[in-house]
Amino acid sequence: MFDFIVQFLGVSSQALFGQLLIGLINGAFYALLSLGLAVIFGMLNVINFTHGAQYMMGAFGAWMLLHYLGIPYWGALILVPVIIGAFGILLERLLLSRLYHLDHLYGLLLTFGLALILEGLFRKQYGSSGLPYNNPLPGGIHLGFMFLPWYRGWVVLISIVVCLATWFMIEKTKLGSYLRAATENPTLVRAFGINVPRMMTLTYGFGVGLAALAGVLAAPIYSVNPIMGSNLIIVVFAVVVIGGMGSIMGSIVTGFGLGVIEGLTKVFYPEASNTVIFIIMAIVLLIRPAGLFGTPR
Amino acid sequence: MKNYDMPIFAVLIALLILAPMAIYPVFLMKVLCFALFALAFNLLIGYVGLLSFGHAMFFGFSAYISAYTVKVWGWPTEIGIIAGTAVAALLGLVAGSLAIRRQGIYFAMVTLALAQMVFFFCLQAPFTGGEDGIQAVPRRPLLGFIDITSDLNFYYVVLAIFAAGFLIIYRAIHSPFGQVLKAIRENEARAISLGYHVDQYKLLAFVLSATLTGLAGSTKAIVFQLASLTDVAWQMSGEAVLMTLVGGMGTVFGPIVGAAIIITMQNYLAGFGEWVLVIQGAIFVLTVLLFRRGVVGEIAALATRLTRRSEPKI
Repeated sequence: MFDFIVQFLGVSSQALFGQLLIGLINGAFYALLSLGLAVIFGMLNVINFTHGAQYMMGAFGAWMLLHYLGIPYWGALILVPVIIGAFGILLERLLLSRLYHLDHLYGLLLTFGLALILEGLFRKQYGSSGLPYNNPLPGGIHLGFMFLPWYRGWVVLISIVVCLATWFMIEKTKLGSYLRAATENPTLVRAFGINVPRMMTLTYGFGVGLAALAGVLAAPIYSVNPIMGSNLIIVVFAVVVIGGMGSIMGSIVTGFGLGVIEGLTKVFYPEASNTVIFIIMAIVLLIRPAGLFGTPR
Repeated sequence: MKNYDMPIFAVLIALLILAPMAIYPVFLMKVLCFALFALAFNLLIGYVGLLSFGHAMFFGFSAYISAYTVKVWGWPTEIGIIAGTAVAALLGLVAGSLAIRRQGIYFAMVTLALAQMVFFFCLQAPFTGGEDGIQAVPRRPLLGFIDITSDLNFYYVVLAIFAAGFLIIYRAIHSPFGQVLKAIRENEARAISLGYHVDQYKLLAFVLSATLTGLAGSTKAIVFQLASLTDVAWQMSGEAVLMTLVGGMGTVFGPIVGAAIIITMQNYLAGFGEWVLVIQGAIFVLTVLLFRRGVVGEIAALATRLTRRSEPKI
């Protein structure tokens, strides 16, 4: 059947499924990052422009742990999100929490400034040419119609697991119900004796941790580069506009879906592969301004 | 309260006329182009409350158009600048009608994404010269007789363009149209309930802002004889935001002061490479945390406090 599809479309199956896999991997990063953005926005009403820089720091964190302390990939996968998440908590306590009483735009401007600082510091220290990070899972398997490298399969798998776990935690657990209630009406939830400011801090740390996890996952695939975050975050913003930030599952589905569409565009019309997500965003704005999973406000 | 805007503007123009005696004209032209850019940006954030994170698309794309028409098609300088401005207006109409469909934080993300689309278009389109940009754009005599190969002559032309742009914006924000814009900024729901077609007002303000940004961008391309990817990249949008924030959002003169501060800083720090990015980021953070009203806004607040103290108590 695959042969039939392949003949029908006139592209080689290696190219088609190879790009589909790359699309799924990009989609995994879009999903992890837009999920983090959505969780943070829901709770703090802040669009975290530093998200891209925190993703970049995740990749650098993995590289630094390996090169300075000799901690391998699997250790970094646990340690880096915790360390960068703690760094996020520090940012939230020291800076971001001072702006909650103001217009949301100030949060955006503050996090934009932080992103510039972080990107600049890493560029100063490590240059912008990129550092290599060895693949912890070399090799792969021939599936007949394509070659699946183990590591890429692992990235798709772990991202889906993390996304679903996050969805489960927010939609199905008691902690998640507090979170959703506090998103809806923080004053009332506070009146019930729940420490909302602490929940906000932890939520920010969690979102940042997700970004750092995406960074660690990305390190062996792309070279570890100070500008990897700012390029990605703009696409993720478009993903968030398309999906709308109202629904957790919506963010996940939109992220993976757009990654796959982008991968397919690379096969059939490579000239548009950089812009296809933005074009979809424009179309969605025309047809459904609130986003696919958003509710009009 | 008395309005000192026009006397201040007259003094500013007088100082700018004398400025080339002390300051290098190319530097002054750069400040003026960016000041006009920031003024146009401030029209949206300061008076309609819309934060555009994509104004580089108008600045950079108009620069490409004016550089290309003047260099490759051999159009006269003034027609090239007008062409760049007109294309920016058109682009503003398209981008604006998409972006105003969302509010607040989403508006910022939509404009940023649209600008990134324009960036990739400029990166791939053959006419922009890719990474090299369009270089060595000729400075042909303006209107056929004003020799602008002399930096000093051209400076006065740029000053005239800047002054015209300032007056257009000033007129717009002090007209009934501008009052409606401010009403939308303060309370959009109420403006709608009063019967104003809010979307039309927003779109018109967006197009006006894009057009004047285009004027700044096309002029900049002739001044530096160059249009490149730097002009259309997201960092450029960030610079417009930074200049306006530092000078004072929603103030008449803030963007000019902000542009002067940031361009001067970039000039002195040019040798520090990556530190410029760090310092710009730090200025963002400090301004947002400590003096959100910006330089001009803080001075105005101080002046209000002083005059209030000197007034006799009733």
